[in-house]
Amino acid sequence: MSLTEWISEPVNWVFLVVGALVLLSAFRVVTAKNVVHAALFLVAALAGTAVLFLMLSAEFVAWVLVLVYIGAVIVLFLFGIMITRAPTGRDVGLDVEKRLWAGTLSLATFVLLSWASIDAFGSTRIEEVGEATSTEVLGLALLGRFVIPFEVVSFVLLAALIGGITIARRDLTPLEEEQRSSV
Amino acid sequence: MLLNQFLILAAAMFSLGIYGLLVRRNIVLILLSVELMLAAVNINLIAFESVLRSPDATGQVFAIFVITVAAAEVGIGLAIVLMIFRNRKSANVDELHLMRW
Repeated sequence: MSLTEWISEPVNWVFLVVGALVLLSAFRVVTAKNVVHAALFLVAALAGTAVLFLMLSAEFVAWVLVLVYIGAVIVLFLFGIMITRAPTGRDVGLDVEKRLWAGTLSLATFVLLSWASIDAFGSTRIEEVGEATSTEVLGLALLGRFVIPFEVVSFVLLAALIGGITIARRDLTPLEEEQRSSV
Repeated sequence: MLLNQFLILAAAMFSLGIYGLLVRRNIVLILLSVELMLAAVNINLIAFESVLRSPDATGQVFAIFVITVAAAEVGIGLAIVLMIFRNRKSANVDELHLMRW
């Protein structure tokens, strides 16, 4: 379909606005000097992603993204930044020549991916349905067809929990151990 | 809405994530770029699901799994960063070269 037809649909204006927000935030994530700013720009990028999911009628996944990613993962990142922040809070970064190589590689990846998708899915349209994917369908799928991956992912979370606690535990000094055992 | 607009947006996010992964020297910022790439993959999955419309929402289930595994990976990654920072007082990847041959 031509550009004028595409622009004339209002849902595509929303897509352009949200897409611009997401790309701008993603660009600032990878170029922000301040570490905390980068994390907050990632919040904006993920919020824009959730809006895109809503546009694609995936309501449950959009809210799971907001809850888990923005609500837990980014908060964890901010804790990690707080604990490991360099005194000035800035990231030094690479020198210019290596940045050019990285920029070329990422540009080549983008060109390859978008050329492949345009070539394969030239004008496949997304039909807008009246209702979103219901949580009942997702629940039946998760506990029906995908029950084994679901259980495995639960196990992965348990392993991550135990592993995280074990890795980040602080071993007691002999003095503290003695104090603890004498109480 | 075309399918390609979402795929190209996700490709742009993914390549920005690759750039951030290669350029950044702070470990936490590298992990942030990995999260950006995982979000791009999620957009792809959901976009394809909205085209294919499988009866049990396969793409969306897969996206939920990706989100979950990303959360677990961030937990472990930050625990490792914490230990590195405790031992070396710095979170710069250039200084983590003990296992290099």
